[in-house]
Amino acid sequence: MPKDSGIGASSKRREDIRFLTGTGKYTDDINIHGQLYVHFLRADVAHAKLNGVDTAEAAAMPGVVRIFTGADFEAVGSIPCGWQITDRHGQPMQEPRHPVLAHGKIRHVGEPVAAVVAETRAQARDAAEAIVLDYDELPAVVDMKAAVAEGATKVHDELTSNLCYDWGFVEENKAATDAAFAAAAHVTTLELVNNRLVANPMEPRVAVGEYDRADDMHTLHTTSQNPHVIRLLMGAFVLGIPEHKLRVVAPDVGGGFGTKIFHYQEEAFCTFAAKALNRPVKWTSTRSEAFMSDAHGRDHVSKIQLALDADNNFTAIRTETYANMGAYLSTFAPSVPTWLHGTLMAGNYKTPLVYVNVKAVFTNTVPVDAYRGAGRPEATYQLERVIDMAARELGVDPVALRRQNYITQFPYATPVAVEYDTGDYNATMDKLTEIADFAGFEARRKESEARGKLRGLGVNSYIEACGIAPSNLVGQLGARAGLYDAATVRVNATGSISVMVGAHSHGQGHETSFPQVISEMIGIPEDQIDIVHGDTSKIPFGMGTYGSRSLAVCGSAMVRAAEKVINKAKRIAAHLLEASEGDIELKDGTFSVAGTDKSVAWGDVTLAAYVPHNYPLTDIEPGLEETAFYDPANFTYPAGAYACEVELDPETGHVKIERFSAADDFGNVINPMIVSGQVHGGIAQGIGQALLENCAYDADGQLISASYMDYAMPRADDLPFYSVDHSCQTPCTHNPLGVKGCGEAGAIGSPPSVVNAVIDAIQSGGMNVAHIDMPLTPHRVWAAMHAARTDAA
Amino acid sequence: MYAFDIARPTTLDEAKAAIAAGGQALSGGQTLIPTLKARLAMPETLVSLHGIADLKGVSTDSAGRICVKGATVHRAVAEAVADSFPALSYLASRIGDPAVRNRGTIGGSVANNDPSACYPAAVLGCGATICTDRREIAADDYFQGMFTTALEEDEIVTEVKFPVPQAAAYEKFIQPASRFPLVAVFVARFADGVRVAITGASESGVFRWSAAEDALSANFAPDALDGLSVDADGMIGDLHGSKDYRAHLCGVMAKRAVARAV
Ligand SMILES: Cc1cc2nc3c(=O)[nH]c(=O)nc-3n(C[C@H](O)[C@H](O)[C@H](O)COP(=O)(O)OP(=O)(O)OC[C@H]3O[C@@H](n4cnc5c(N)ncnc54)[C@H](O)[C@@H]3O)c2cc1C
Repeated sequence: MPKDSGIGASSKRREDIRFLTGTGKYTDDINIHGQLYVHFLRADVAHAKLNGVDTAEAAAMPGVVRIFTGADFEAVGSIPCGWQITDRHGQPMQEPRHPVLAHGKIRHVGEPVAAVVAETRAQARDAAEAIVLDYDELPAVVDMKAAVAEGATKVHDELTSNLCYDWGFVEENKAATDAAFAAAAHVTTLELVNNRLVANPMEPRVAVGEYDRADDMHTLHTTSQNPHVIRLLMGAFVLGIPEHKLRVVAPDVGGGFGTKIFHYQEEAFCTFAAKALNRPVKWTSTRSEAFMSDAHGRDHVSKIQLALDADNNFTAIRTETYANMGAYLSTFAPSVPTWLHGTLMAGNYKTPLVYVNVKAVFTNTVPVDAYRGAGRPEATYQLERVIDMAARELGVDPVALRRQNYITQFPYATPVAVEYDTGDYNATMDKLTEIADFAGFEARRKESEARGKLRGLGVNSYIEACGIAPSNLVGQLGARAGLYDAATVRVNATGSISVMVGAHSHGQGHETSFPQVISEMIGIPEDQIDIVHGDTSKIPFGMGTYGSRSLAVCGSAMVRAAEKVINKAKRIAAHLLEASEGDIELKDGTFSVAGTDKSVAWGDVTLAAYVPHNYPLTDIEPGLEETAFYDPANFTYPAGAYACEVELDPETGHVKIERFSAADDFGNVINPMIVSGQVHGGIAQGIGQALLENCAYDADGQLISASYMDYAMPRADDLPFYSVDHSCQTPCTHNPLGVKGCGEAGAIGSPPSVVNAVIDAIQSGGMNVAHIDMPLTPHRVWAAMHAARTDAA
Repeated sequence: MYAFDIARPTTLDEAKAAIAAGGQALSGGQTLIPTLKARLAMPETLVSLHGIADLKGVSTDSAGRICVKGATVHRAVAEAVADSFPALSYLASRIGDPAVRNRGTIGGSVANNDPSACYPAAVLGCGATICTDRREIAADDYFQGMFTTALEEDEIVTEVKFPVPQAAAYEKFIQPASRFPLVAVFVARFADGVRVAITGASESGVFRWSAAEDALSANFAPDALDGLSVDADGMIGDLHGSKDYRAHLCGVMAKRAVARAV
């Protein structure tokens, strides 16, 4: 019998009542008396020397309150980067200044150059059209390899080149890795592109800055995944506002996918301007602005090599990646191709030697940063594609090749600095074999062929590092922040509970799943428990939601705080029951004395804590509220096996996904329905990347996929019904819930199997196509098949 | 969007007057409103055709032609001709999404003449007649290249009259992002021959593929098109498909349309 509440129950998402009935309260729903509107004039050229911004005519237009330009922000800090990478030679990365408004130079299409604040949005926009920019266009730096060639135009004149860093990992492994390649029986080499993506959350970014002169208090309402991070970055580094004078509120947020982690110029601008003008200032991004100002994702160009011995054991992996940073360093950008990517390059395999080289490059494009999966999809894609390619070259079964090389002993220290605590990769592959019905594939292929279609089956494994992260470790790796999280469990007098959490829910369902945990621990109904999140004036200093960390890190903090509450409540119960503390048991919301029929209800104990008439006041403080900060001992390592089955139209190149199956090991699962939903959404984005999505620039740095007319998002009919399973559970060994995180798995695990399936389909048609770069649009697939047919003829 | 005035005439005469006075026709707004939102146009007055009862509806005339009034929405066409002209019904039912089909109109579509629009393929493929507030224009004279038609500045499309073919089909291969046609082919067989019109593919907008028409007029079967190809020169080449790919798709979609029509 499935449970109907507590841990393991598929409790219905309580937040959906407001999300599905249009009663959510999003940042754009916040309108403050006297508020002004800002419109940003954004660069329409990629690279230019900015000589001047003439605002005279615009400033005189109706409703205009003030126009700001880069000069107004000279005394203001740079938009900070939260992570410093040290390169192969021990040098810090090159870190350019990132101004709130462009000053002296324009570095990407979409960069804000001037900000018009007016009484209405339309007036601000009208006036922006009257601003005259005086600039000299410069050659755009777009292609990464050209950007780091001798004599390339520099994106930042003050830097020595466009190379942000050249990172080697593990540098000490390099010589041994090269030697293993020299001695290999077989080497498979694959060059590939991990396509640039636009995150496209349903809700565009919004910021409302507010200033209260009476108590010198700033408030920023913003679409953020982590309000405390924004308060820290913006307050301490950009505007110099002490934290007690700065409140950051992120109310309902309509999807983030990573792109709402970062601190953006518009947030700093609205906070700054609200004080300068002593009136609230609001900005709501249009979808067009989102395309050219939300941090993009991925954009790696990689070469990966896999060395195998004569028995097909993996002996070494070597990769070289060019990672696009865009024009400036977004908040976590430098960490994505390095620590979130290099450390995963061992995958699920016991390859003894791995060497990863990453060159991060500045270009005249929108900054690139973490997007669902962040670094781990790029690692997984390279690895799982090259393994598939090796299997084809060697004529062995790709599943058998994987199984032969799986890690089976845990804990396992990889050659890339992380230790997997637990896992069972054969178990998820066994489960996948069953749910994807590998056995029936040949019959389905024949049926497709009878209709003139080609059918392919693609498989991959994946592993990711989630629950970011042990603070001391990430500190050594260059993080400029701790990555613990925090929760306060506030028990109210009559026994209901409010939990203030540092994690932020923007689609993940925390308002449902977090109470399930507390309900399980105390034995009171879920509806007696609410969570509070998203407001720095209400919650403890937590680091927010990304990297599938909310439950593993913040949930652990919540468990620790709840344990403290329960311990104190037991002491109070012992007093009320005149028993010794050690004999008190809590079950189903009732404290009892072991071996007796004496008991007291949860609500009577909590009432005693707040109405302490009969209460041991000399020993125990009144009240029942506890806070815990939790810093994880290790990452968590969700892993699994995915399969995609496609049908390909050989005449048009159109790929239809017929089946998609995912067998994941997330450790313990709190709410299976929510977990399935997270996997579903992740797979949709992974399939989007594999087949449809492509953020493209032309040679002049113009964004040519700047709207939904050219940027293809997956729609319902692009996707099949999925088979997802998370019954293989090896609980995490180092957090109290034994949970691993499930938010990114779908996006990490799905692209390789889609591409592997398409290659399988094409090869089944007798065409010699080894690789096609994502997205596998009909045109690209047809072109690859066409070239293979022409070559063969 | 810039501010504009809106006129809501209830008769064609009122609309003509408002447009003659400098107003711009607004039909379903599915093309025009996004253009305005992007501030790519700055009309002072929009003249909504929505309230003109005479511009809506589908009927059959004495010559057996299916007559679609200019402000009839795609969804209404799809429903009205489901039995009498299934190929046209299918075409209308595949335009955009439900919101687009409930607002967008045939008049707006043929007036706009987007090189990737669906209706122009049917209009040209059937040799339909475009009726305006002042004259009738044969399809062969009407489409004059990308976003260019025989319409005068202030001319209003009031009706499109389709001769009903003996057999017809529309095959649409979608551009993955916009879901407009990347290439779509309308094939129609009449007593006096076959017409083949292709949209989405060419830099000069919708066009007739005469070699295919000749071959199909002789033998209305998919393999009649074997060996025929459209010249890649003059095809659209962009992010979603090269000129060669579009030329190739013309052949594939034409064959599929014939296979469905026979
Ligand atoms: C998301 C989306 C998807 C779409 N997908 C497709 C698709 O797959 N295939 C396709 O063919 N189209 C597609 N469209 C376009 C859609 O069919 C439009 O409805 C059509 O192109 C324009 O018709 P409208 O009635 O909306 O015209 P409007 O937008 O109102 O007007 C368009 C232009 O025509 C002029 N005009 C309008 N009516 C008349 C008239 N009666 N006489 C003279 N001039 C007139 C207007 O002044 C304007 O210049 C899509 C649109 C959207 C938004």
